[in-house]
Amino acid sequence: MNRWKYTTPLLLDNESTLTSEKNVRLYDGDQKTSFEGGELIITTHRILWGRPGAISKGQTCLALNLALIVYIEEESPSAFSFSRSRKVVLHLSEPTDYEQDRPQQTSIYNFIKLSFREGFNSNVTGILNDCIQRKHWEIFPQPTAAEPQKHAPQIKLRTGIVGIERSLQEKQKAADESISVAFQDLSKLMIMAKDMVQISRTISTKIKERQGDITEDETVRFKSYLLSLGIDDPVTRNSYKTDNQYYRSLAKQICDFLQSHIEEMGGMMALTDVFCRINRARGLELLSPEDILNACQIMESMELPLKLFEFSSGVRVLQLSTLDSESVAEATAILLDDKGSLSSEELAQALGISFTIAKERLLTAEKCGKSCRDDSIEGLRFYPNRFLAE
Amino acid sequence: MRRRAGLGAIQKHKLEQEKYKDKGNEIQENQLEQMTRQMEVFKVNLEEFATKHKNEIRKNPEFRRQFQEMCASIGVDPLSSGKGFWSVLGIGDFYYELAVQIVEVCLATNYKTGGLISLNELRTRLIKARGKGKQHQEITQDDLIRAAQKLKIFGSGFMVVPVGKGQYMVQSIPGELSMDHTAVLQQVTHSNQAFVSVGYLRRELGWEEGRAKKALDHMVDQGLAWLDLQNPSEKLYYFPSLFNACINSSN
Repeated sequence: MNRWKYTTPLLLDNESTLTSEKNVRLYDGDQKTSFEGGELIITTHRILWGRPGAISKGQTCLALNLALIVYIEEESPSAFSFSRSRKVVLHLSEPTDYEQDRPQQTSIYNFIKLSFREGFNSNVTGILNDCIQRKHWEIFPQPTAAEPQKHAPQIKLRTGIVGIERSLQEKQKAADESISVAFQDLSKLMIMAKDMVQISRTISTKIKERQGDITEDETVRFKSYLLSLGIDDPVTRNSYKTDNQYYRSLAKQICDFLQSHIEEMGGMMALTDVFCRINRARGLELLSPEDILNACQIMESMELPLKLFEFSSGVRVLQLSTLDSESVAEATAILLDDKGSLSSEELAQALGISFTIAKERLLTAEKCGKSCRDDSIEGLRFYPNRFLAE
Repeated sequence: MRRRAGLGAIQKHKLEQEKYKDKGNEIQENQLEQMTRQMEVFKVNLEEFATKHKNEIRKNPEFRRQFQEMCASIGVDPLSSGKGFWSVLGIGDFYYELAVQIVEVCLATNYKTGGLISLNELRTRLIKARGKGKQHQEITQDDLIRAAQKLKIFGSGFMVVPVGKGQYMVQSIPGELSMDHTAVLQQVTHSNQAFVSVGYLRRELGWEEGRAKKALDHMVDQGLAWLDLQNPSEKLYYFPSLFNACINSSN
């Protein structure tokens, strides 16, 4: 049965129908298949089998190349058979191509049988023998030789959407197989990771309860494990980072790279900006946001020229250590006096800094009592604080 | 035996407690050793996995998503450090670069969106900016959301705001968006027109006039909405950040 292919009953070039029979059942070797009660059409090139009405409607049917037939014989009904059915045995050679859709991929038999339930009217055996002798399919060697290559585009032309769908399905199947292997490996990995997370939780609760009982080295080691796994645990959130060589060198790198930029920009740069500039400069082996945050947090303790500062609104910036709230407020107040009033957009344009930082500067000035706000639907404006000055 | 009171019993009790504590310590140390051993094994397995499947992760967005979900379900964040175990998989670079590009796109469009951009528009712009290679095209919503959420720790206001029906807006300027404001955004997104009015909100959401007006005025204040006084019946509020989204959805 693996020599049959699914196809549509459009005739090939120079193919013509010779005869047709009804109520034919296909046998795979000696075994019955489910393809029964169908129509059989013999052409000069192939044998077509289809469900009743399928061939005339042009729907999918089975085709067997006559080129695969080696020998034909009729099976004489045995003495015990009561049916009128006559069987023709076709001995077949090995299938030549494995590409297309088949009803069955492998078969242990090398022959098939056609069982004509109501007998056959025409001389089926004779016609088949004739066809095999004439080998019509070889008279036009070009189409058959090019058939394997042409089949691919031809099939697409003939089957249209169905052909495209099938090739997509095959591609998907191949991709799925490789993905499913990957998923299996992934699940195994995850199970291992899960165990480790459980253990780490028990250890960390023990650390929290009894601070002194676990040695310093072990705690440090444990924290490094948590960090490398990416487990978020309160134990790692505190001063561990100061001990880490990696973050210290990272902090120095960031300072060296950005100090001049920050000075040009008025002394502050938002961390998002820092993140972008550093990663753009690096190109490969980018830093995660957490890495940058951790590195910036230890800058102050390392007495580097830059430090991390967090505004009350939550905005985090990297600023020169020489700056603090007072000096920022002073500088902003001077600008306010110059211009009379400022909104965050105007300040941003004047100083060449981002909106967020400009807004924070104005708010800081307000906190230090240097300015007053005017909050309306037009936006937030700040005016010099005349209540205190006069 | 246990019911005996007196000094002896107390001392015995104390001794028991000490012994339990010591035993507990011992078990704990064993646990730490156990963990160390497991970490080694895990590292080897992870490296093996990486050599086999590194490409899958980078090329297949469905696989990436599954991977992230599994990590999240067991409490592990593979993106938390560029130097951690998970860096062998190379996914860090993918997400960090995506995060940098998200920041750039948001900054570039802030002047007209006011700091709020729809995730679809963000994705379209990113795909255009990233280049023609196929691996650059296959970024999904999930990838963007994860990369954007990483930026939250900087405090500069990066946040992903869901507006219902599977759509998201990315906020890149700090500002408080309360539940009411999010509801207004939802209404605008799903109304397929770029504006709302106080009357519209009252009809659709059943709000009182004061509540609707307050929410809308706040959004104008924040620069997220524009006021249009040309309508004779009532004021209209337009949301420039959603203009493209409207165009896309009516196509």
